[in-house]
Amino acid sequence: MNFETTIGLEVHVELKTNSKIFSPSPVEFGDEPNSNTNVIDWGYPGVLPTTNKGVVHDGIMAGLALHAQIERHPHFDRKNYFYPDNPKAYQITQSETPIAHDGWVEIDVDGKKKKIGIAEMHIEEDAGKNSHASEYSYVDLNRQGTPLIEIVSKPDISSSDEAYAYLEQLRQVIQFTGVSDVKMEEGSMRVDVNISVRPVGQQEYGTKTELKNLNSFTYVKKGLAFEEQRHQRVLMSGGKIAQETRRFNESTGQTILMRTKEGSDDYRYFPEPDLPVLNISQDWIDQIQTELPELPAKRRERYVNELGITDYDAMVITQTKEMSDFFDKMIAAGADAKLAANYLQGDVNAYMNDNQVELQDTKITPEHLATMIKLISDGTISSKMAKKVFKAITNGEEPKKFVEDKGMVQLSDPAKLQPIVDEVVAANPQSVEDFHNGKDRAIGFLVGQIMKQTHGKANPQVINKMLKDSMSK
Amino acid sequence: MNYFDQSLASIHKQLVNQEISAKDLTQQTLDNIKSVDPDINAFITVDDEGALKKAADVDAKGIDADNVLSGMPIAIKDNMVTKGLTTTAASKILENFKPIYDATAVDKLNKLGTITVGKTNMDEFAMGGSTENSAFKITHNPWDTTKVPGGSSGGSAAAVAAGEVIAALGSDTGGSIRQPASFNGVVGMKPTYGRVSRWGLIAFGSSLDQIGPITRNVSDNATIMNAIAGHDNHDLTSSTKEVPDFTSTLDKGVKGMKIGIPTEFMAQGLDDDIKQTVLDTAATFKKLGADVEEVSLPHTKYGVAAYYIISSSEASSNLQRFDGIRYGRRAKDVKDLEDLYVKSRSEGFGDEVKRRIMLGTFSLSAGFYDAYFKKAAQVRTLMINDFTNVFKDYDLILAPTAPTPAYGIGEDVSDPMTMYMNDVLTLPVNLAGLPGMSIPAGFSNGLPVGVQLIGRPFDELTVYQAGSTFEQETDFAKQTPKMGGNN
Repeated sequence: MNFETTIGLEVHVELKTNSKIFSPSPVEFGDEPNSNTNVIDWGYPGVLPTTNKGVVHDGIMAGLALHAQIERHPHFDRKNYFYPDNPKAYQITQSETPIAHDGWVEIDVDGKKKKIGIAEMHIEEDAGKNSHASEYSYVDLNRQGTPLIEIVSKPDISSSDEAYAYLEQLRQVIQFTGVSDVKMEEGSMRVDVNISVRPVGQQEYGTKTELKNLNSFTYVKKGLAFEEQRHQRVLMSGGKIAQETRRFNESTGQTILMRTKEGSDDYRYFPEPDLPVLNISQDWIDQIQTELPELPAKRRERYVNELGITDYDAMVITQTKEMSDFFDKMIAAGADAKLAANYLQGDVNAYMNDNQVELQDTKITPEHLATMIKLISDGTISSKMAKKVFKAITNGEEPKKFVEDKGMVQLSDPAKLQPIVDEVVAANPQSVEDFHNGKDRAIGFLVGQIMKQTHGKANPQVINKMLKDSMSK
Repeated sequence: MNYFDQSLASIHKQLVNQEISAKDLTQQTLDNIKSVDPDINAFITVDDEGALKKAADVDAKGIDADNVLSGMPIAIKDNMVTKGLTTTAASKILENFKPIYDATAVDKLNKLGTITVGKTNMDEFAMGGSTENSAFKITHNPWDTTKVPGGSSGGSAAAVAAGEVIAALGSDTGGSIRQPASFNGVVGMKPTYGRVSRWGLIAFGSSLDQIGPITRNVSDNATIMNAIAGHDNHDLTSSTKEVPDFTSTLDKGVKGMKIGIPTEFMAQGLDDDIKQTVLDTAATFKKLGADVEEVSLPHTKYGVAAYYIISSSEASSNLQRFDGIRYGRRAKDVKDLEDLYVKSRSEGFGDEVKRRIMLGTFSLSAGFYDAYFKKAAQVRTLMINDFTNVFKDYDLILAPTAPTPAYGIGEDVSDPMTMYMNDVLTLPVNLAGLPGMSIPAGFSNGLPVGVQLIGRPFDELTVYQAGSTFEQETDFAKQTPKMGGNN
């Protein structure tokens, strides 16, 4: 029996606004519990929410970046449920009129491109956090009211690889807009997934299961792959999939039953009467459109088509806006695109990993790195010398000055090198004979001898050519 | 000397001339409450200490000659939060609750130098029309203490009528200012939705609730409206429209004004005396130069159903925050979270509140939403259109405020439907978000009867102008109850 899989993803992204979505409390993490709260966040009697315009702005921006239609007159709705981290016992969200709908992102799985539809994107408030000790449970409302966008995919995703690629694209696009850090490890991006499997040709979708505790894209992929297999096994053996929520076990790579869902929760949604309908003008949307930076897909296209770097390099460089902006500045400063890409993926990335820092928090500047690459390109320094120069750059030193101060200039002048070449050729007749007998390795030995004499400063490409010329006479 | 049958302006003159101090006035108010309130039960909390301290402060700073409210003692309905002063909404679930901030309307009055002497009784969470649904006490009508004062702002209206205070704030979701004003022979204004900030008003029906003044006369009422109206950054449903001086047209008369009486409001089981009072009022307006004609608001008959669905739905959500977790009553000896919620709320809420929570929860439930909440919202739109059509040709609507005068304590409370029908004449005004004021206009067997003047959105000015003109022509507002007897 052949099966097809349908995956739905609901992605929550925390927005980086200064204050909360419906109260003036600051959005800050890691502070004393309940210190960043006020009467509104507590759901105190008599309080009313006020809409943070910055959240609406960021919501529109994210919607535009996802190629979505912007709802001109969206309103908020109440989602009612009791829980101690939800002090009003309702969440202010959008149900009837999400701020954006019908968008898409394009994914690429093994060279196959596919558009994944986005059904809707709405803005809403986050809840607080409960924690439990032996005798008491504690409620911290610092996170209560943090602005979120929730992005709901259309049922277009049909494999765990596509789900992974979709999340990666979504993360990149949102990251480029600057409205969120979109870091799963810090909780600024959270993913809920559901999956159903049906025999090919069956009209209705199979029964869905939901997965929780997916703390990285890799776990999402693994959890979905496991579920897909499990669904297929159950269906093949004539069994039935139960509608349930399952938990992904990171150590075993399996999913285990958390709870069975019988019917759906009734959240009694209704329009939030405390907040007027938003009035989003076309002018405002147009304005935000102009604020949108060039998005990763566009940049990749430009890098490959105009700068001639590989698809892979373009993909790596557009992981974050900071990296991509850095690359663009290096190109503007005259760096060779291929070398710039190599250095960003190589030395720069290694440096960031070793020191656990973000690119923007290092002393490396695109101008310095571009200068270093130009010094390599024009033969002033060797790539071996560049290792030392790079180290200097990480300390904020200007590479040209560093190279001059250290006398690190490469010997590339044939007039100065000719006597040494002649001397080495004369002193090693056996190697010359080997060269004439077609033993290419012989030239390597001669280069080594010249390097020895010049203390490594000779330009290897230049002396290579000079040796060949000399011995071919 | 008794200051409580005088206008704010007249008392203000004496304060400015230092014939009396704010402290004396406050002390006299507190004394009044002490002697009268045992028969009336208008107050849940009286704040002697705070009031006298504030009065002394005002005296020390000196009475502001340009500010009529400077040094003026007032009462606040107990569903508006007052900083440091117990605020219960007449519910056990908030018994002993001391808020940490002031409602905007209260804050505005405080800043003008008014002195809050206490918090008045009401139906629990403003749900009811008799003040019998208070968790703490039953308020008596000063005109006949065997009768209810109406509600839900029954404490505020009774306190003003009984001469305990000069003025009070009430709130009105479906008639809760106007109906008790009518039952107590005082003036009660429910402003346009959005005219007064709701920040700090413990929410009942968020799309309907408004705060408004209850006073002995129209001029006092307009003076207090001047103080509390206006946009508030804390309440996005409060209007940014300019606030006129509501006292500026009180003496402009009604000549040429077009007043409509809705046929539907005169047909629904009105007491004969009430009907006659409206007709007499119409005759007075005609005599004063207004045109009075019958008009039609054809969807009036759906109002009660739409109102109870919308207000109960909103209330069911608004009242969820009273869960025993962060403030207010928390049940003891609970076994888990669910038990804590259920017990705290079961013990904390009264029957009427529970009834509305159930009604609202049902109306919003999956499978019923379209047939109830959504349908009610559609009816509401039709009712708004009715009013819009009338106001194309008419400046004001004149209507009875309540179908009967004050009824006996215990008479109505057993049958919710009878109680709900009492709001039939007032709640359309809330559904349409219009300004409506009840003014004293007659008597029925010794009990006061009010009529309602309903204006265009944000046209409280015309309502006050007509109300004041009527008041000056008649002497109903000058009548005061003979305390302590069945007259």
